[in-house]
Amino acid sequence: MTEGQLLSLAQQVISGLSAGSIYALLALALVLIYQSTDVVNFAQGELAMFTTFIAYTLLTWYGVPFVPAAVLTLGFAFILGYAVERVVIRPVEDAPVLSVVIVTLGLYSIFNSVAGWIWGYVPKGFPTPIPAGTIRFAGLTVGLLDLWILGSALVIMVLLHLFLRHTTLGTAMRATAHNRTAARLVGIPVGRMLSLGWGLSAVLGAVAGMLAAPKIFLEPNMMAGVLLYAFAGAVLGGLGSPFGAIVGGLLVGVIENLLGALVATELKAGLAFLMILAVLVVRPQGLFGTARRRKV
Amino acid sequence: MLRLERVSAAYGRIQALRGVSLEVPAGSVVALLGANGAGKTTTLRVISGLLRPTDGAVFFEGRRIDRLPPEAIVRLGVAHVPEGRQVFADLTVGENLILGAYARRDRRNVPADLERVFELFPVLRERRKQLAGTLSGGEQQMLAIGRALMARPRLLLLDEPSLGLAPMVAREIFRTVRRVNAEGTTVLLVEQDASRALQVAQTAYVLQTGQVVLWGPAAELRQNEAVRRSYLGY
Repeated sequence: MTEGQLLSLAQQVISGLSAGSIYALLALALVLIYQSTDVVNFAQGELAMFTTFIAYTLLTWYGVPFVPAAVLTLGFAFILGYAVERVVIRPVEDAPVLSVVIVTLGLYSIFNSVAGWIWGYVPKGFPTPIPAGTIRFAGLTVGLLDLWILGSALVIMVLLHLFLRHTTLGTAMRATAHNRTAARLVGIPVGRMLSLGWGLSAVLGAVAGMLAAPKIFLEPNMMAGVLLYAFAGAVLGGLGSPFGAIVGGLLVGVIENLLGALVATELKAGLAFLMILAVLVVRPQGLFGTARRRKV
Repeated sequence: MLRLERVSAAYGRIQALRGVSLEVPAGSVVALLGANGAGKTTTLRVISGLLRPTDGAVFFEGRRIDRLPPEAIVRLGVAHVPEGRQVFADLTVGENLILGAYARRDRRNVPADLERVFELFPVLRERRKQLAGTLSGGEQQMLAIGRALMARPRLLLLDEPSLGLAPMVAREIFRTVRRVNAEGTTVLLVEQDASRALQVAQTAYVLQTGQVVLWGPAAELRQNEAVRRSYLGY
């Protein structure tokens, strides 16, 4: 391999990590919900899209500067996720899995069509606080946008980790996910923890949406592909492991990009999934997952 | 301190308790005896709020608690060490204990109580950073009790604390139960080892198919022909 080829490979890895960090955020959101409520939330991507539109509205219709707009959006996302769990998911908590799947698919189509109704289907550009441009180091050209995406995603992940590991509330959320009966017995309000989990997941989704929008343009179907890759990442890493979701998401991004560059752009999604299938045949629980235990 | 008045409870269509009345005086150890499926665990689940009774009432320190959620009941001072220990396996020993104090409002006293639990069960201090799921059965039982004590309960509900433990470990657990009781915590004990339970308890109730069939001072029940034959095996 020549030096030029190596550099171009490294280039692909970096843009793969940038895309992958978005998948990782959304995968993390899926895993948080799956762990605590056993629900696979097909509406996760649409919640992210919807909240990104909120950010867009604040930024372009009302001229709110980026940082306050982002903060307001995350707050809105939290309340939206919290409310969705409380109002829509809680009543079907004990329903068969398939019913819950249908409910989240219903949410998917509701958020999708409401977004289309409010904002239309014409793709819109999404502003970033980062100037267009690239920086060069060690012969590599890296887009500032990619750095912004990767950096922001990492910061959010570290914050989430600190929250879950080092605060009592975060510990209580983990405890609730692992053993609901015991959580109730020590006095943790289990229902509130589940709502909180959905709120946090919606926040992660909103971050993913706002980071993805400048690249893939804002429109009601923008997250469909991203959600698919996020699912792939979550399953690859192991649905039960937040760490696995991050690694899985990043891997999917890198694999997708490398295959696109080395083989054919048209085939990259198909090939990426082929690789994921191959991993799952060998390790059905995912790379970092453990065999499922049923909750009592 | 705790009074159950004609409590009935059911799992779906299966009737588990039929008009159970019992009383736990402050400062005492009361044992609940009975065969599997007699309703011992169900009784504890009703008291701690995990299961709503279909009929009857539960009073704790004069206050009716049978319509309250578990978190409110913990806050009133009732801690339940459930059947099968139910520690948070994926959390560390330290995290398990801290969560035991979750419902408390007096956060300042938590470190002192943690010290007290470590003093009762020194092995938990050594394993503080270890995941609870990696502990032995006896250590998990100690952790489950320690976690319940972190709520500073005035009434401790213990469900089969010696189940599946080696005799030596079971003895240690019972020594601690005695000590916790001596330091002022009232105990309601469900136990399959009736002879041991009758040694620790002052009063005992015998449940059969969801009804109290016999109750009285532990010393008397030890002499009772039926109890001896059914539960003590001599």
